[in-house]
Amino acid sequence: MKTKIFKPKKSAVLTQGNQAVVEGALAAGVEFFAGYPITPASEIAEGFARELPQIGGKFLQMEDEIAGMAAVIGASLAGKKAITATSGPGFALKQENLGFATMIEVPVVVVNVQRVGPSTGLPTAPSQGDVMQTRWGRNGDQEIIALAPSSVAESYELTIKAVNLSEKFRQPVVLLLDEVIGHLREKIHLKSKEEIEIYNRKKPESNQNSDQFLPYQLTDDLIPPMADYGSGFKYHTSGLFHDQSGFPDGKKETAKFMQDRLHNKLHNNLDQIIFYEKNIRSDDNAAVLSYGSAARAAISTVNTARKDNLKAGWFKLQTIWPFAEEAVAELAAQVDTIIVPELNQGQLIREVKKAAAGRAKVIGINSYAGDLIRPEEIRALLEEVL
Amino acid sequence: MDFEKYLRIDKLPHIWCPGCGHGTILNLFIRAFAESGLDQDKTVVISGIGCSGRATGYLNFDTLHTTHGRAIAFAAGVKMANPGLNVVVMTGDGDGSAIGGNHLIHAARRNIDLTVILFNNQIYGMTGGQFSPMTPTGDQATTAPYGNIDQNFDLAKLVEGAGGGFIARGATHDPRQLKKIYLAALKHKGFSFVESFSQCPVSYGRQNKAGDAVEMLKKQQEDTVSFKKWQELSFEEKQGKYPLGILKEVENPESEYTESYQKIIKKLKKEEAF
Repeated sequence: MKTKIFKPKKSAVLTQGNQAVVEGALAAGVEFFAGYPITPASEIAEGFARELPQIGGKFLQMEDEIAGMAAVIGASLAGKKAITATSGPGFALKQENLGFATMIEVPVVVVNVQRVGPSTGLPTAPSQGDVMQTRWGRNGDQEIIALAPSSVAESYELTIKAVNLSEKFRQPVVLLLDEVIGHLREKIHLKSKEEIEIYNRKKPESNQNSDQFLPYQLTDDLIPPMADYGSGFKYHTSGLFHDQSGFPDGKKETAKFMQDRLHNKLHNNLDQIIFYEKNIRSDDNAAVLSYGSAARAAISTVNTARKDNLKAGWFKLQTIWPFAEEAVAELAAQVDTIIVPELNQGQLIREVKKAAAGRAKVIGINSYAGDLIRPEEIRALLEEVL
Repeated sequence: MDFEKYLRIDKLPHIWCPGCGHGTILNLFIRAFAESGLDQDKTVVISGIGCSGRATGYLNFDTLHTTHGRAIAFAAGVKMANPGLNVVVMTGDGDGSAIGGNHLIHAARRNIDLTVILFNNQIYGMTGGQFSPMTPTGDQATTAPYGNIDQNFDLAKLVEGAGGGFIARGATHDPRQLKKIYLAALKHKGFSFVESFSQCPVSYGRQNKAGDAVEMLKKQQEDTVSFKKWQELSFEEKQGKYPLGILKEVENPESEYTESYQKIIKKLKKEEAF
C-alpha cells in the first residue's frame, strides 16, 4: 500500500465547502468527529477520517446518526472539542440528543448540509428546508445557535466561529450548509494559528474541593465552568431538570430557573452571537435579505441592479438563530420592501415579517424542488417593486 | 467495606421499590470496583433511561444519565476521546435489547473497552409494567393484557454473535457469583457484557402473580443453572433455563478498538517524521 506523503499545508487552496468545514474545525481545535455517512455531507466525515489521526485526534464512524450525536457529546464531556455532520434526515434522528446537549450544556457542533426534503427527498439537490427543523426540531422550548455560510471561505470562517461559540456558551451550535455550498469549489485562504482567535471552554480552577463542586453553578455570565471527565470532580449530569449540583430536581421553580438561565445565557450576549453583513445605502428603497446559497444570487443581483441605478441594497444573515430581530426591524424602517429569497416554501420569511411588523412589505421568492434561485427572478421582482 | 467512598450518601434512600434487585446490583458493583484497584477518579459510569438509569445518580464517580437506549453510544465517545478512562455502562433491558439494541451490537463488534452491566428485570418498570423484549412469552404486561405474544430472546447469544470477547450472566439470587463476574468484567481489556438478572416484584411481579422478592428470587434460582452444569445438560433439559457464569472470555487486547486506532496515529506520526 502506498502511504501518504505529508506536506505542509499551503495557505491558499482550492477546495469545496465540506472540506472547508473540516479545515475550519481543525483550525478551531476540534479533535473528535463521530457520525454516519449521508449525502451530501459525507465528504466531511471522509475529511475528518483522513485528517484527525494525523494530529492525534479521533474519528468514529458510528452505527447510526443517533449514536454519532451521542458519541460527540461523550467526547466533549471527556474534554475534546467535537463535531458531527449530517443532512436533513440524519439531522431529524439527532434531535433528541441535540436537546440533551442543550439541557446538559455540552459544547458540540452539528453540521447539516441541507438537501431537499421531506423524507429522503432529493439527496443531491440543495435546500434551505431545515431552518425551522433547526429551530424547533426538539421537544420543549429551547434556544439554539445556527450559522449559515454562503461561500466556501465563509464555510471555513463560520466553522471556526461555530466551534468558538459552542465552547464559549456551553451550547450546541448548528452549522447549516446546503448541497451547493457543500460541493462548491472556491479558493480560500487557510489561516495560520496566529491569525485565528480560539475560545476554549471555561474550566473549574482546581479539584481541591471537589466535594463542593457545583457543575451547574450560577455564575455572573450564567455559563457554568465545565470539568473534563477524569479530572477528579466526580459530578453527575442528567437530562432531567437539575439544580446547581447537577442532580435531578423536579421542583417547578428549578425547571423555570434553569430554562430562564439557558435562554438568558445566549440572549444577554446576542451581540457576540449574531453576525450579518449588509450593504444598504440611505436612499435604497428595497433590500434583498438572504442567507446561504440564496445570498449569492441576491448579492450579485443587487450589484448589477445598482449599475442600472435601481435603489436596492442587500442584507446577508450569517447567524440564522437566534434571529437578528433588531437589525431586521431597523432594516424594515429604512426600506419600503424586503425581498426574501429562500430555497424552501418560506421559512425564515416568517421571522422577517415578524421583525418588520408592517413597517416594510416583505415578499418571498421560493424555490423548493432542487433548483437554485436565479438572479433574473430577483431582478424582475426588484424592478416590479421599485 | 467503605461504601461511603463510592456512594453519594446524601442522595439515598434510592428511588427503587421495596424488593427490587437493582440495589443488590449496585452494591455488588461497588464491592467489585473496590477490589479491582481501578482509579475512582478516572472512572466514568454512564446510564440510560428507566429504573437502571437512576443507578448513576447514587455512584460517586463522573456519572452521566443519558437518553433512552443510548448509554453505550455516549460511552463509546468518552472512551475514544480519552482511552485512559475506565468506562462502565449501566443499562436496562429496555435500553439494551430494544431502543438501544443497535449500540450494544456494534460496541461488541468493535471490541471497544467498555464494561456493560445490563440490569434485566424483564419489564419496563419505571413506566409501569409494559413488556420488554426480555419479557417471557405468555406473561402479563400492561401492554399485553391478553398475554405477551412476543418472543423473548437470549441477549448473551446476541452479543456473542456480534463478537463480544467477555460475556457473562449473573443473577441477584447469587450475589457472590455476580460480584466475581463484575470484577472479572472490570478487569477485562476489551468489550465486556454482563447480563444481570434482577427481580421486579412491583411492575412485573404483581401482574404476573409472582409473589414477593423472596419468591421471585427462588424462581430465578430454579430457572438458572451454572454454566458448567449447563454444558452437561441435554437439549430438552436446557429448555427454559439460563446458564449463569462467565460464558465466554477471550483475551484479545490487540484488537481493542482504541488501541487499534492508536496504532494508526503512531504509524502516521512515523511517516510524518520522514
